[in-house]
Amino acid sequence: MGTFHSDKGELHGITVVVDTTGDAVYIGRCWEMNDREVVLLDLDQHEDGQDGRSKEEFIRQAARVGIWKKRDRLVLPLSEVASVTPLGQVSTD
Amino acid sequence: MPYDPRLVQPMREELTTLGFTELLTPDDVDAFMSEKGGTALIVVNSVCGCAAGMARPGVRLALQQGPRPDRLATVFAGQDVDAVARTRGYFAEMPPSSPSMALFQDGELVHFVPRHLIEGRTAEQVASDLASAFDHHCAPAA
Repeated sequence: MGTFHSDKGELHGITVVVDTTGDAVYIGRCWEMNDREVVLLDLDQHEDGQDGRSKEEFIRQAARVGIWKKRDRLVLPLSEVASVTPLGQVSTD
Repeated sequence: MPYDPRLVQPMREELTTLGFTELLTPDDVDAFMSEKGGTALIVVNSVCGCAAGMARPGVRLALQQGPRPDRLATVFAGQDVDAVARTRGYFAEMPPSSPSMALFQDGELVHFVPRHLIEGRTAEQVASDLASAFDHHCAPAA
């Protein structure tokens, strides 16, 4: 039993890694993904090299323990998205 | 705005019927955590069906397997706000997420299951991961 929103796409409610075509990567709860955009809630973000960490290092750390929310909401056009991956499927090795 | 308590009650009972003690206030949390000996599991419950829908059945299945924690407690995110905040203070190095599960041994956090390792998984998968932690940290039932 719980609350569901089945009209938001199969990733609705799932914590995902949204890698972009640029330096930024975002990790947050997917609210909706459609043929135009990805909407994330309660997300963290990282720029490649920020604080001496690559995108990959940031993602691995998040896969181990989760994320510290830095933003409430982000709408990202699919044209800027390189990949969307559930965080739970990311290897921590 | 919190969900209607009538909606949440069955989700609470999914755990309380398994023997979980509800921690409704910060004092409840402190009292539970003041007992340092043995093992204790705290489940941060949630209404979210996308993740919590499998969390609670996963916990139930895990507890039906081999070793299990000595003590079980739960707080409800978005409902018992102060109790949840106090609970998270006991594993403050972990980013907040709900549902989530924290296993303590002799007062120390030894295993943590964040939301992203629950969502999208089956109850059996959640149970398997949790049972592995129980095997490692909890004493076999006498």
